[in-house]
Amino acid sequence: MSTEILVFFIFVLSIFLGFELISRVPSMLHTPLMSGTNAIHGIILLGGMLVLADAHNTLTTALGFVAVVFGSANVFGGFMVTDRMLQMFKKKKK
Amino acid sequence: MSSSIALTYIAAAVLFILGIKFLSSPKTARYGNLLAAFGMLIALVATIPLLGTGETSLLKHGWNLSYTLMVVGIVIGLIIGAIGAYSVKMTAMPQMVAAFNGLGGGSAALVASLEFLRRANSPEGITTFFATTMLFATLIGSLSFSGSIIAFLKLEGKFEKPHTFPGQNVLNGLILAVILGLCVYLTGWVTTNTTAFIVMFLLALVFGVAMVMPIGGADMPVVISLLNSFTGLAVAADGFTISNISMIVAGTLVGSSGTLLTLLMCQAMNRPVTNVLFGAFGSTTSGSGAAGGDAAGKTVKPIQADEAALLLSYAQQVVIVPGYGMAVAQAQHQVRELSDELGKRGVEVRFAIHPVAGRMPGHMNVLLAEANVPYDQLCEMEAINPTMDRVDVCLVIGANDVVNPAAREDKSSPIYGMPIIEADHAKTVIVMKRSMAAGFAGIENLLFYKDNTRMLFGDAKASLTALVAAVKAS
Repeated sequence: MSTEILVFFIFVLSIFLGFELISRVPSMLHTPLMSGTNAIHGIILLGGMLVLADAHNTLTTALGFVAVVFGSANVFGGFMVTDRMLQMFKKKKK
Repeated sequence: MSSSIALTYIAAAVLFILGIKFLSSPKTARYGNLLAAFGMLIALVATIPLLGTGETSLLKHGWNLSYTLMVVGIVIGLIIGAIGAYSVKMTAMPQMVAAFNGLGGGSAALVASLEFLRRANSPEGITTFFATTMLFATLIGSLSFSGSIIAFLKLEGKFEKPHTFPGQNVLNGLILAVILGLCVYLTGWVTTNTTAFIVMFLLALVFGVAMVMPIGGADMPVVISLLNSFTGLAVAADGFTISNISMIVAGTLVGSSGTLLTLLMCQAMNRPVTNVLFGAFGSTTSGSGAAGGDAAGKTVKPIQADEAALLLSYAQQVVIVPGYGMAVAQAQHQVRELSDELGKRGVEVRFAIHPVAGRMPGHMNVLLAEANVPYDQLCEMEAINPTMDRVDVCLVIGANDVVNPAAREDKSSPIYGMPIIEADHAKTVIVMKRSMAAGFAGIENLLFYKDNTRMLFGDAKASLTALVAAVKAS
């Protein structure tokens, strides 16, 4: 079995896992959940870093830099805004 | 990839999975978010040895300009993210999620584009498989970028009404056809035609705008959720392109769980997702003119704060239905104060939360939590409706479409069939509203004209302050 097929196998399993993970979510958690998953796709920052490291001229360096800034804002902002939302859920338990 | 990096990526993937799992329960949600953030941190650290190939490799050849830019870029992103996340008002959270999602989408499109440019100029060339993943990531990422910006602006109150014109669906279809044609050309012929690629990129941006413009502001939560899952898929495709397994797993998890979340949101509004995306909700408002016509002959009965306070103080059961108006007026603290005052007088106060009240599911819970309203006072729609007949006063604060009996009575109404909080079943309904303007869906609310309804006009915060003072005095 080639690496590509193995990777594809993981991809397909992940699709089903994603569906199964959030089958029962109370509606009040829909927004934090959306925000949390939004932060997780901020992993694109890794991609931005990898392509910027490979950049070989001004154009690709500039675009790679933008990709890193965007990805970084997505991942850090995403986790922080989610935490801020969830902080408020915690407070009301007292 | 060395096995230690691979193992770290597996650990990160497990943390993401547990994070999403914990995010679906109120008790563990915050912990779940921190777990996912920790997973992200170790995935980032594990990537450092992979940076650069050949003479740009960080480990073998050390620091260069790209790495300086990388650190600067991450710090800038961190600052933008922190300012966005901590300065934003709680009411503006939905916009913030849209903005961050758009940035992620833009990043995903850029990563794929850069990889295309690199491979187009390299001797190894492009295979059909890589061409497909790159084009997919570019297409989905850039439409998520521009679509999220439009969603952001709509939630900020810019052109929030649906924008439609004759032949719009045909035009959108044409743009999509050209995009797909270019994709087939670029993948099928495995060409390195950069111009075709750039045209495709730009058209995808245009398509993102064209896709979101006709959708009304009220449906933005669904759109953001959908674009969120799109970005996830774009990231997964990028993962294939640059052979990074952690991006594939994380992106796919977001893509599929986001799709399910989108469907759950549509379910809460009792509308199929196709209706949200292509229905141009607003265009049907002219069709509901009948409902407006019915109401035109009727009159509303206004009420003053002191009279409303008397009704509330001598009630046994009060249900408060918060909506977007409460969020706009930042009135959640006054609402809590009113509920506490009534509680002291032995009135049983509950809050009825409609699944799509506000601009995001859960929006009201977040705001009321901020004002320290206890958990057990918040009731879901299904729990409150059967008890509505026994409720003395139902206080509607800036909610509109979610209490509109047209959803139950008027078959011509665009919201017909949507589950609502049956406020009109209470003995008396007090509606706090700024004016008689129609709700977000742009339709007349039959509730305002019912015999048992009283309208308390004015800004929600000012009215509530007056109410609290009047209740204290009574």
